[in-house]
Amino acid sequence: MKNRAFLLLVLPGAAWFIIFAYLPMFGTIIAFKDFRIHPGGFFESVFKSEWVGFKNFEFLFSTDDAYIITRNTILYNVGLIFLGLILAVTLAIIMNELLNKRLAKFYQTAMFMPYFLSWVIISYFVFSFLNVEKGVFNQILVLFGEDPVSWYSETKFWPYFLIFLGLWKNAGYGSVVYLAAIAGIDRSYYEAAMIDGATKWNQIKYITLPMLKPLMIILTVLALGGIFRSDFGLFYQVPRDSGALYPVTNVIDTFVYRGLTIMGDTGMSTATGLYQSVVGLILVLLANYAVRKIEKDYAVF
Amino acid sequence: MNNLSESMERTLIHSPGKKSRDINAISPLWNFIFNVGICLFALSCIFPFIFIIIISFTDEKSLAINGFSILPKVLSLDAYRFLMRSGEQMAQSLGVTLLVTVIGTVLTLYLVSTYAYAISRKNFDQRGFFSFLAFFTMLFSGGLVPSYIVVTQVLHLRDTLWALILPSILNAFYIIVMRTFFTTTVPDAIIESAKIDGATEFGIYTRIVLPISLPGIATIGLFSTLGFWNDWFNALLYIDNPNLIPLQTLLIRIQNNMDFIVQNSSKVVSYDIAATLPTETVRMAMVVLATLPIALAYPFFQKYFIQGLTIGSVKE
Repeated sequence: MKNRAFLLLVLPGAAWFIIFAYLPMFGTIIAFKDFRIHPGGFFESVFKSEWVGFKNFEFLFSTDDAYIITRNTILYNVGLIFLGLILAVTLAIIMNELLNKRLAKFYQTAMFMPYFLSWVIISYFVFSFLNVEKGVFNQILVLFGEDPVSWYSETKFWPYFLIFLGLWKNAGYGSVVYLAAIAGIDRSYYEAAMIDGATKWNQIKYITLPMLKPLMIILTVLALGGIFRSDFGLFYQVPRDSGALYPVTNVIDTFVYRGLTIMGDTGMSTATGLYQSVVGLILVLLANYAVRKIEKDYAVF
Repeated sequence: MNNLSESMERTLIHSPGKKSRDINAISPLWNFIFNVGICLFALSCIFPFIFIIIISFTDEKSLAINGFSILPKVLSLDAYRFLMRSGEQMAQSLGVTLLVTVIGTVLTLYLVSTYAYAISRKNFDQRGFFSFLAFFTMLFSGGLVPSYIVVTQVLHLRDTLWALILPSILNAFYIIVMRTFFTTTVPDAIIESAKIDGATEFGIYTRIVLPISLPGIATIGLFSTLGFWNDWFNALLYIDNPNLIPLQTLLIRIQNNMDFIVQNSSKVVSYDIAATLPTETVRMAMVVLATLPIALAYPFFQKYFIQGLTIGSVKE
């Protein structure tokens, strides 16, 4: 009786997961097929398309693209995860120490703002700085007698821009979590340390950071699970899909999107997506396994 | 909960008396240095938005000569006048965004709360299976292309409002946050006593659990509202019909092509008007209008987001 009530509650959501998450998982067999759309619908298309084995993967890995998108995805994510962790923890510790709590609240509100905006809006912000004729950066360069730069076709600046923007947008979000964790640390630790003559720096090093460690590890393991996924908007909208920038902005997600919408190469795009999901899964399991080896309690599952 | 009493205790200890400085506080010098650093970063977070507002009020000609400037030589309302006159596409897109946000959020709340509640109850025999069904989707996914094919070929949602709503109404992260909320804030004793009084499981859910869980519902509601308001990816994939384009996607289309708003709006816009049209400032004015609701509401959002984040990050 009780189970039937619960089953009724869980049913709509379960149906959604099956259609929108599990059916696409089944659909990944397209990666091993030469996908052709048949008039009979999705299932017929999948079943009637010819098996091609690993041809789609061979095609993908025979191009330079596979290397470039894998490199970009991993390097950007590693940068964003670790610099983001350092930034969030630093901001949280500093904000916790500020004497004027009202001011700290104000900073927090301001830092949270970019998190609430879409990448489309942020791409307009970026444009107001990087536009060739009217942008702020070029106005400053011209003021100092330098030549204006065509920012949207100069690859060398973009790794910095993208990392900065990724950190900038999520700094408020990240620091809040750690700030809440710091607030939860028992004050008596600090009082005892103070009596023993610990300086502020010592307190941070020997109390705050060790107490934050489990949370830092959990969030990092979860983030590492997404190391093969990128924030599509950051890499597609912000550089305005500029072809000249592809060498430094193309990541797996944008590659799959372009493969699907522009080239219409269903098989290879699916193969790329599957490569992304499988390696992502392996990485998160490995990271979790490593954490479990080092300190059992810190493992996510 | 612990945090709350902790911080209350702290304020109680430190508030009485005059301005006695906490002896463990940082020195005024470090306080000043930290303040300057964080203040600069915080300013960098709001400055771009203020800058865009200023640009939207700049005269187009002066902008063409001087470039984007924080202190424009000539101010003008032309951009907003233009939008008032020929902003039908803008109004249409705003309507689409509002509709999608409202329907999407209501459906999200329904799906998330029912699912999370069921798997939060220890006496639900299949809770392990359904928890796994949801959480596995965080570890592995079919990827973009199969999802795209399911939406277009199986469900035939291309160029419908549902294509903007259905793919994003549920995700495992919301369920985790909500389940954690249910397990931490709904005491088993209440449920037990309701059962003794003869309440059905469904009655317990609607009349007892949901009312006490309003803060959690609000958190998910805000996550979801923000998600739908800011969404452009679904539209990029599934929508061609200009009547169904949401606001963010309209901004993408006019990013490079102002014609979009001209063609799809007032028919009276003639060629010469099109030639002298305040394009750059209109773009920025549209960004301002699309952002304003969020910018005005977000200090309220923030409170709930912080709650939600704090709950979501707690490990059971």
